Amino acid sequence: MKIYKYFLLALLVINLWSCKDETKKEVAETEESKAETNKEEEELPGLSIYNLPTKWTTQDGKEIELKDLKGDVLVMVMIYTSCQASCPRLVADMRNIHKKVSDKANKETKYVFVSIDPEVDTPERLKAFAKENQMESNEYLFLRGTKEDTREFAAVLAVSYKSISPMDFSHSNIISVFDKQGVMKYQKEGLGEDDSETIKTIQELAN
Amino acid sequence: MFFKYVLRSLLICIPFLAQAQMENMAVIEKGSYVPLYGRDSVKVKIDRFALDVYPVTNADFKKFLKEYPEWQKDKVKALFADGNYLRHWDANGSLKKGESLKAPVTNVSYFAAKKYCECQDKRLPTLDEWEYVAMADETTADARVKDSYNEFILSWYEKPNSFNQEVGSTFKNYWNIYDMHGLVWEWTSDFNSVMISGESRRDVDQDNNLFCGSAAIGSSDLMNYAAFMRYAFRGSIKANYGVRNLGFRCAKTINNQTKQNDEDL
Repeated sequence: MKIYKYFLLALLVINLWSCKDETKKEVAETEESKAETNKEEEELPGLSIYNLPTKWTTQDGKEIELKDLKGDVLVMVMIYTSCQASCPRLVADMRNIHKKVSDKANKETKYVFVSIDPEVDTPERLKAFAKENQMESNEYLFLRGTKEDTREFAAVLAVSYKSISPMDFSHSNIISVFDKQGVMKYQKEGLGEDDSETIKTIQELAN
Repeated sequence: MFFKYVLRSLLICIPFLAQAQMENMAVIEKGSYVPLYGRDSVKVKIDRFALDVYPVTNADFKKFLKEYPEWQKDKVKALFADGNYLRHWDANGSLKKGESLKAPVTNVSYFAAKKYCECQDKRLPTLDEWEYVAMADETTADARVKDSYNEFILSWYEKPNSFNQEVGSTFKNYWNIYDMHGLVWEWTSDFNSVMISGESRRDVDQDNNLFCGSAAIGSSDLMNYAAFMRYAFRGSIKANYGVRNLGFRCAKTINNQTKQNDEDL
């Protein structure tokens, strides 16, 4: 019992310093693998969302980092699956965009749905949601993160949301398009509006 | 035997460490309140937590920049801070003339504020936590009904350049916290839960939240025009903004587990 307590204490101490340690480790790592990664890191633009070190779980239960998506054009939207009001329309908007973008461009594009309700939206639930909405092809990705990371990610997208009842959120309806380096190139606010500019941007970025 | 000795000395230094962390923080007891705008005027519960007594100062932030140079003005990633970031500092990383080290740091983005707190093993307070503490005056936990309290805050909102005063120069409130009103406005972890930018009038679902006519009249605390202004401000900023009168302070969750550990010791 006592030993257990000491163990906890030790953990606590480690925790206290973890923030610092991480940086040190990072430094060590970068130095070690300077040859390979340095070039890559340097090339990453300052405005790239891949500067954000967040981890997510996909609808297939796979753990990914944001930067794993590098190299594809991203079309991103924040939703929650139990949403009755605007989400179905947002989802429809995404589907329409996907339909109108050429097959060739779609090969280099990912349509990403980030859940603002990570407690409810488990990978299973996201998977079911994808199926319901006929979004099972490779281009569609559904992500769930921690509450904190989700809040931060929303801040990056300038999306606001708030829980307004145990089941519902109010949230901004914004579709964002990122280039292959993760830099935001276009945002469209609103539902069911003219999506020609969104499509044009994706088409240009994918080529 | 020696092992035991080491363990004992460890035991002594732990509370000290814990205390060092809680230095300059005050404990806010749990409670509930009806925010200006919330879930249909439902009471919001606040758990017991700790909050920095003062806003983070220029001096504090200077220390942080030294330890985490990636947040220096010339090194920060554009995603995390706009061109206003640390605008009152010069290129060498020191304060410009006329700026006080003891004044609250401003022109910091949400990302920088968040990172600062994380590196102190703390976090930004939530919007509800912040407002809960901010409704106290010197003697009462909820002073929103007092005219004098609202007048004080509003008179500050009219005062220019209060950001360059030293921390601690306004009143100490009921919770032993200084400067919630009177110096700078402050980042909260979920500032982007306020829906009043363009999209709120147009295309957010459930969109009669705060500024649309019915919601304004229906907002739960009509006396609190000052809070109304704060919500409006939060709704108008983005996470990479640096603003001259926007600073921050950190909070810390006091969970039962830590408490138990403390008690065991």
